[in-house]
Formats: sequence, structure tokens, C-alpha cells
Amino acid sequence: MRYVDEFRDPELITKASEEIYRLADTGRHYRIMEVCGGHTHAIYRFGLKDVLPANIELIHGPGCPVCVLPMGRIDDGLAVAKSQNVIFAAFGDMMRVPGTHGSPLEHKAGGTDVRIVYSPADALQLARKNPNKHVMFFAIGFETTAPSTALTLMRAKSEGIRNFSIFCNHVTIVPAIRAILDSPDMRLDAFIGPGHVSTVIGCRPYEWIARNEGKPVVTSGFEPLDLLQSIVMLLRQLRAGEARVENQYKRVVPWEGNRAALKAMAEVFQLRPYFEWRGLGFISQSALKIRDEYAEWDAEQRFPIPGTRVTDPKAAQCGEVLKGVLKPAQCKLFGNECTPEHPIGALMVSSEGSCAAYYNYEHRKAALVTRISSVA
Amino acid sequence: MCLAIPGKIIELVPDQPHLGTVEVTGVRRKVDLGLLVDDMPVPGDWVLIHVGFAMTKISEQDALEQMHLLQMLGETEQAIEEVRGYGLDDSGGIRSVSSGTS
Repeated sequence: MRYVDEFRDPELITKASEEIYRLADTGRHYRIMEVCGGHTHAIYRFGLKDVLPANIELIHGPGCPVCVLPMGRIDDGLAVAKSQNVIFAAFGDMMRVPGTHGSPLEHKAGGTDVRIVYSPADALQLARKNPNKHVMFFAIGFETTAPSTALTLMRAKSEGIRNFSIFCNHVTIVPAIRAILDSPDMRLDAFIGPGHVSTVIGCRPYEWIARNEGKPVVTSGFEPLDLLQSIVMLLRQLRAGEARVENQYKRVVPWEGNRAALKAMAEVFQLRPYFEWRGLGFISQSALKIRDEYAEWDAEQRFPIPGTRVTDPKAAQCGEVLKGVLKPAQCKLFGNECTPEHPIGALMVSSEGSCAAYYNYEHRKAALVTRISSVA
Repeated sequence: MCLAIPGKIIELVPDQPHLGTVEVTGVRRKVDLGLLVDDMPVPGDWVLIHVGFAMTKISEQDALEQMHLLQMLGETEQAIEEVRGYGLDDSGGIRSVSSGTS
């Protein structure tokens, strides 16, 4: 129990852990997917594996927006910035993500006008302050982030700011879960549902997973105790042979979601027929595009887009890791060619990707232990 | 990406009703309140902020716990850097790239 003393309620953590041991059938192996990259990061950071029985396996899902973005989209965004002489504005998370010809940061060094913004509203502010330049915001994220992009676009339209556009890469979580469940080599028992995505979409969009697939879902907070309580709730359902959607994160997640946020998304976005996910391939109706009413602010309609496609190296087994068929360290490239400093596969790209989280917390720890014991 | 930062509403911006000034560990910045129009916060309320937009109202207790969580995750510095970077105030800056944030 590595970090147990750091926990706010060590006694409650111990109790939750004991309850998990009591509920888990020793003759059964449980495979539980946490969908959200924030949960993956927290699970590794807190060393939660150390307080779980060995027969509970946590599978790290696709909920890391930086990781699942195909490299071709980064290439396209940077190509537009260069050829059209526009300001490329993006979150800091994007700056070191490799494109075919370098990351946004490296393109900056090559003369492209690349800026970090912390909010889509800041990208719009940049356009207000630079009326003679065009600002293109490279938008990424799940439903947590998409409403902020939508509201920003609505403000641009209402103010008539025309030197601003969005290169939209927003994706939606439910079709990715469906793609994973449809995969023939997938075997999962239950889901820890995303926390902040659910503040927007609520809990109802997960009901089909319980109803049609017979798998329990519990939306969870990010604290160690939240995650352990969510596992307790899932095990209780599995033990009773039930499959329902439950909300552990009630203090933040309303069951019906955020109506204003959903309304803003519906005003600005529509579903794309299909979109490519790094590691998972093309998934139908899994991403958002900007509606024709906002075409003037849609970088893809406003500028010529190369439509670059870059396939991940065959040796990278991101898809298998995403589906839980392989553990990160079982991929042939893990820790050798593919590291957080030089990511080759999708899941090594961001700290929320399962391979990067595993590398940062497990692999480095193991390497340190080996070094120390060899010195001793 | 999933970072949610707790902040206290200090005031609503008089001539821009969709904006509010929030305080996060002593740093004050304007954030967009447009996602909370159905239940607008008032000064003294606590909200969770994501990419410059208040996403949901929370209790003061939950706000303190969220701050503690960021600390445990080693993300406090990143959160404060994000809040400092919000560019809707003249004092805030949209920076040219000098270093990335993860």
C-alpha cells in the first residue's frame, strides 16, 4: 500500500479495499475498464493496483484525446497554418505531439506562428487582438471540452469575428466504447465510467451498455477512495448478477448532464459519418464536425486540407493494449523504441495514455529497483 | 486534458454577463460562465473550471477536496499555470510558445 499514508482517509481506503477482497470471487478473474485517461493517470499515480486483489485487472480505455488523434490530423493542421499563414493556436498538451514532420513546437522553431492557449476563448481573444491575422484553433477533446469550443464559436459568430476558425477534432466517448465491445477479442466485465465527460452528457448515454451488453457501469470521481468505491459498486452488481448504470460521482455529475452544454454542442456540431482513431481505426459517428451554419468558422471548409493519412507502425500494438488484450509492457516496442520522450504509438503520447502512465510509474520504478539491487 | 480546477466566484463582470472573475489559490482570472446559464453562479459560489469555462457548481468542501486531489496527482502547478494563462484579462497573457505543458 504504497501511497496509503498520503490518502486523506487511510482508514476508509483500507475498508474499501477489504470490501473489494470480500466481494471478489476468488475463482473468477475480473476485467474492468476505466474509460477515462484521467482515471488511468490517477490509478497509476496512487498505485491502486497494490490495494486490489490480483484477480481484479484494470484495463485502460480510449479516453485520452491526445492519444487517439491520428497523426495525419496534426499534419493537416500544421500544413494549413504554414500554407495559409495563419496563427496555429492549441492547448499545451498538443505542443510536443509528433507529426510526420515534427511537433507543433518544432514547426514553431521553423517559423510557423504557433501559440499555446489554455482555453478556446483565449484563441478567440487572440483573433480580437490581431485583426489582421487569422487565428485557427486546433480543437481536441471529448464531450468535456467540446461545449467550450461550441460556445466560443457561437460568440465569434454573434460578434462577427471573421479572422477566426476551428480545426475540429472533437470526439465522442460512447462510440469508442461500442467499438471496443464489438471487437471479437474483447473480454470485459464492467466499466468505470468517465467523470468529467459525464458532467456534460450525464449517465443515460451508458444505459445501453448495461441493458444490451449486460455489463455494469459506474461513473466515478478521481480520488483513490472514489475509484475504490466505484469498484465496490461494480463488484456488488456483478455478484448479484445485475447490470445497471450507477453514479458514484454524484457530487459533480448530474444524472441528466448539463443541458446548456448539450444545447451549445447541438447548435454548433453534427456527427461525422466516421472518424479515424489512432489505435482503433475508423469508427462510425464517433466525432463532431461543424454545422454548415458555422461554415465560415470551420477551418476544414475555409482552407484546402491535404487529408494526410499516416498509419502507425505495424509493430506498435496500441489497438491490442486499448482493448486490454495486451498490457503496455507486452508490446514489442514498449520502453525500447517507444518511450514518452520518443512516442511511436498513440498511448505513449500523453501522460494520460496508458503506456505513458505505465512507463512513468511502473517501468521507471522497476528500473530503479533493479539499479538499486545491482548496486547493493 | 481532464484537468478540472476548483475556483471561487468573486464577481460577475458587469458589462459582460457571461463572464465571471474566479479566484484559484490567490490567482484571479476571468472565466466563461456560459455553460451554467441554467443555474448561474453568484459571488461566493464554487465552480469546477475546465479550459477556461465553469463546468459545474460544487460545494466549498468538494472544492477543497478537488484541490487536494490535484496536489496528490502532482498537478497543482500545472493547474495554476493554466489559470494564470487564461487570457481574457489584460493582465493574463496568451503566450508565444516557450515551453509545452503536458
